[in-house]
Amino acid sequence: MRQPPTEPIIEISDVNKFFEEFQALANVSLEIYLGERTVICGPSGSGKSTLIRCINGLEHHDSGTIKVDGEYLTRSNASLRSVRSKAGMVFQQFNLFPHLTVLDNLTLGPMRSRGFSKREAQDLAMLYLERVRIPEQSSKFPRQLSGGQQQRVAIARSLCMEPKIMLFDEPTSALDPEMISEVLDVIIELADSGMTMICVTHEMGFARKVADTMVFMDFGEIVESSPPERFFENPNSERCRDFLQKILHH
Amino acid sequence: MIRVKFLAFAAAVSTLASCSSSWGWYVVNPSTTSGLNNLKFLVGGLYYTIALSLTAIAISITVGLVIALPGLASHRALRNINRLYVELVRAVPILVLILWVYYGMPQMTGLSITVFWAGVIALALSDSAFEAEIFRAGIQSIDKGQYEAAHSISLGYVDTMRFVILPQAVRRILPALGNQLVYMLKMSSLVSVIGMQELTRKANELVVTEYRPLEIYTILVLEYLVLILAVSAGVRWLEKRMQSDQSK
Ligand SMILES: Nc1ncnc2c1ncn2[C@@H]1O[C@H](COP(=O)(O)OP(=O)(O)OP(=O)(O)O)[C@@H](O)[C@H]1O
Ligand SMILES: [Mg+2]
Repeated sequence: MRQPPTEPIIEISDVNKFFEEFQALANVSLEIYLGERTVICGPSGSGKSTLIRCINGLEHHDSGTIKVDGEYLTRSNASLRSVRSKAGMVFQQFNLFPHLTVLDNLTLGPMRSRGFSKREAQDLAMLYLERVRIPEQSSKFPRQLSGGQQQRVAIARSLCMEPKIMLFDEPTSALDPEMISEVLDVIIELADSGMTMICVTHEMGFARKVADTMVFMDFGEIVESSPPERFFENPNSERCRDFLQKILHH
Repeated sequence: MIRVKFLAFAAAVSTLASCSSSWGWYVVNPSTTSGLNNLKFLVGGLYYTIALSLTAIAISITVGLVIALPGLASHRALRNINRLYVELVRAVPILVLILWVYYGMPQMTGLSITVFWAGVIALALSDSAFEAEIFRAGIQSIDKGQYEAAHSISLGYVDTMRFVILPQAVRRILPALGNQLVYMLKMSSLVSVIGMQELTRKANELVVTEYRPLEIYTILVLEYLVLILAVSAGVRWLEKRMQSDQSK
């Protein structure tokens, strides 16, 4: 793994989150260090999305603390904008801006929240479009691209903010099977470059390849958190073992 | 489409004209001096009808948007402000509002107001409630993921609205906004009651001196028809242009 770290870049302590009466996160604590690659899995409704959405303030946690890169996350606009500029987010449904070209999707963030000039933003955008291997699509509109291409644009859009952390919420779940690997390859490359990332996914082959830490959630709790070798070979809990059985043998 | 409608209308008019002895087109016959002058007089109202409608719609769209935004807020108090405005304004008939603004408001404020601005204020106020509802529906139809994506690249509320949500919402509500402009052009005829020299007022004045209401009001109908067909064509052109924006 990594060098002995000093302080976690993400520190989640005792976080609880309720939707009305329903508890979506129950006493969740998790530490993530610079450069660490964390993969979260678990059954549907177990709180995986809620957890990573809390990290960049798309959901507000009800109690406990979340500290990102030394700053406690609060509901203030300043805190939200600051944490969002540090933690990029890639969504299952891509959420590209359909009325803007690929290039404009990418330059909007740098121009409006990082103070880049149009020229600088475009140079940056082309750099990241090359990283995700679709520079030739820059003047197209999102709906003219395949799902895999759209998700790579979405990844590039986040990267243009040059975040310290990337959050992925099931980035390949909405894709046709033949497009999954082109997106995963981009994420793997990003992982190899040393990006700190948290990825919710059920792609276990990918998880084995990139994860430093595997996290298993169920009923809003973190049930298991361990290195992939132990996680896949010999998980502690019964629930985790059941879950792995189901998804690995189907 | 437009040409077909127009031809059908022209055919209907000429049939009527030929099978009835009560028509007297001489009042607006452009080959006679008095006819030509009458025609010029009638068409002269076009300027104020257009100026009134465009000024009023520009204001009502702006006010409508400003009123729509609190209607989307999570705070109940803000939403109530929106409801109160919409319900109150929508309840007043336009003609009543025109009379109130022109004759009533100066008494209250002590400031006199021109016929033009009284008309603009009354029309804009009345229309703004409908614009607010249109904007609210349009903005609400945008997927929540668009806000989340905008937030995730650190855009604040104003930038999110300006660059992400409103451009998409406006594309969707364009047909409805076009309808409101058509409605506005028609409602502007009511401002004739306070003496605005727009199309309807001009026609009324000419009828009083020429006693040919049938021909003069038929011309008036045609004037509105042409205006409104032009607006429809313009809106459709804009819609097409915005669509091809996304797909070329
Ligand atoms: N906005 C919301 N309002 C009410 N309940 C919600 C909301 N968002 C999530 N939930 C509930 O919280 C629970 C956790 O949801 P979450 O989306 O975090 O699950 P997940 O682990 O990501 O599941 P999936 O694999 O299906 O994406 C679910 O039971 C869900 O129904
Ligand atoms: Mg989820």
